[in-house]
Amino acid sequence: MITIEVKNLVKNYGKIEAVKGISFNVNEGEIFGLIGPNGAGKTTVLRIISTLLKINSGSIKIMDYDIEKDADKIRKIISYLPEDAGAYKNLTGRSYLQFIANFFDPKKNQQMVEKGIEIADLDERIDDRVDTYSKGMMRRLLVGRALMINPKLAILDEPTSGLDVINAQEIRKLVKNTAQAGTTILLSSHNMLEVEYLCERIALISEGKIVEGGKPKDLMNKYNANNIEEVFTKVVKQ
Amino acid sequence: MSGLGNIIKKEFKELFTPATFVPIILVALIFGTMGNSIQGIQEQAKEKPIIGLINEDDDTLATITSSILYNNSKVIFNSTSIDDKQIAIDELKQKDGVALIVIPKNFTKQMRNESPGEIEIYWIMKGAGVMDTISSGVLQYLINYINTNLSKELIQDNSSVNSSFVLNPTKNIETTYFKDREFKGLTPDIIVSMLSSQSMLIPIVIMMIIIMAGGIVITSMALEKENKTLETLLTLPVKRTSIVTGKIIAAAGIGLILAIIYMIGMSFYFQGLQFSEGGISLAEYGLVLDSQDFLFIGISLFVTLIAGLSLCMLLGTFAKNYKSAQTLTFPVTMLALIPMFLTIFADFDTLPLALKGIVFAIPFSHPMMASRALIFENYMFVISGIIYVSIFASIMIIIVVWVFKTDRLLTGSTKKRKINLRQPLLLNLIRRR
Repeated sequence: MITIEVKNLVKNYGKIEAVKGISFNVNEGEIFGLIGPNGAGKTTVLRIISTLLKINSGSIKIMDYDIEKDADKIRKIISYLPEDAGAYKNLTGRSYLQFIANFFDPKKNQQMVEKGIEIADLDERIDDRVDTYSKGMMRRLLVGRALMINPKLAILDEPTSGLDVINAQEIRKLVKNTAQAGTTILLSSHNMLEVEYLCERIALISEGKIVEGGKPKDLMNKYNANNIEEVFTKVVKQ
Repeated sequence: MSGLGNIIKKEFKELFTPATFVPIILVALIFGTMGNSIQGIQEQAKEKPIIGLINEDDDTLATITSSILYNNSKVIFNSTSIDDKQIAIDELKQKDGVALIVIPKNFTKQMRNESPGEIEIYWIMKGAGVMDTISSGVLQYLINYINTNLSKELIQDNSSVNSSFVLNPTKNIETTYFKDREFKGLTPDIIVSMLSSQSMLIPIVIMMIIIMAGGIVITSMALEKENKTLETLLTLPVKRTSIVTGKIIAAAGIGLILAIIYMIGMSFYFQGLQFSEGGISLAEYGLVLDSQDFLFIGISLFVTLIAGLSLCMLLGTFAKNYKSAQTLTFPVTMLALIPMFLTIFADFDTLPLALKGIVFAIPFSHPMMASRALIFENYMFVISGIIYVSIFASIMIIIVVWVFKTDRLLTGSTKKRKINLRQPLLLNLIRRR
């Protein structure tokens, strides 16, 4: 079953064409990666799929819901983790997770908070104010927030951004486990190794267009490359 | 380019922004307007006061008095009979007159017998602002001048005249007409002082609440952007209307708590005033607010707070960070300051029509003007203000919710979708949502 169906998506910021008619599908339970350099249009695509930005033309369906007509319904089944997201600094980690869980099913919100605390893995620091957290702790709290609600679709923009090697590895494992439990994951990353490790399929974006797409191994074979980084370089140079 | 030149060029580029200059330009404009107003006051003070004169005494001292009045004021009504008093008052009311002066029959005779000659003054008061008493102040000065001249005359006639009498040979019997009411024994400046003590604090309190609660809303929006929490919030299953109203209600709640704290202090202040205004009881003249009036002020304050906060919310959508939020509170501060000063220095009824329109259009004016209007039972004015501010608040909330539904909040611009000329207009509008 298809979770995300993007057709001829166009997004302009004034006169700047950020996304120039891209199309792709993401299957249920799949980890799909959007990779590309800064300014390629990855974050714009993720923000549109998260219902934050309007589209100029084209269409997007999430679990058969139209992004323009059914934004309210889509928000109930997705979870978005922006690249440089923050949390309310006056709240403790636990209160922040509780605040987010309160927007969802009241019967399940305690369960969600417990799951969020488990994912964030901040031990007793979960009861400290967010403004005392390090960058890594903050990111783990936010990943916990994004995944605790058991979304049908998790949209993760650079999920390991700013994390050290150990923390980044933990988050990658978590993302993989979440997908295995049935959540579809759409992520963007600069880190080609991360993409290679996590994603079943990828799309390479350059200047608002998808220039190549497929399974990482197939792409490496096709371009006779040792890794996705080489694939990307060869595709962009063509 | 030298290092210094390079730095100067960069600093100019960074500082030369609308956010830096717009507040200063607005302050300059306000000071310019205030300067013009002060010039207007000076001109008004130079003008001769318009009066009516009834002189029933044809003896010397009355003649001196009336000639001084003729030379230094514009007499538009003249009579020798007290029976014309009401006609004189009606004419003065129509022709922007300041007062009717009545010199009674035995005016000269009383003074010759070394008892003060009575001058009856019927003041026509148009507004309760400080500026509205300028003309009456000029006439008060003229009465003092008459006293000096009468003293000279009495000393010339009789050098052994009683000194304590001759220093103050006349006694004023004063009555003031204001907003269809008669205040016996009161002069316009006493009434203005009494009303100011009641209505001056309310505008100051309201201005402070608007600025504080407005600052909370604008800063809240700015912090959502600066702390990068807004994007997450907007992807949660919560209606945009709930986000907007939630923020407004929370800030209004804090604003109302502040208002209650101030009102408690004010109620004690009012209680003190009712017995202490120079020995005059405000209640005796009906110049006090009752519980129903306070209810109207409360409603007016509440809708104004909602309107103000909705406006702040709209401004907050433009805030990029905490620093820019501080700049954005400036227009709200100005909108609260303008009616505050106008309410203290002038009366809505005596403002020029254009200024009336501006003051009425600023929602913050209404609770500031409400107390004075309620003292004089002008309920229609207060109710129409409440209705206007409620409509203003509703429109603001609709605009803010619309902004929340567009890209403006995150990108600073709204989506423009091309209209398909082959499709009917209605279909295009539906697609645009």
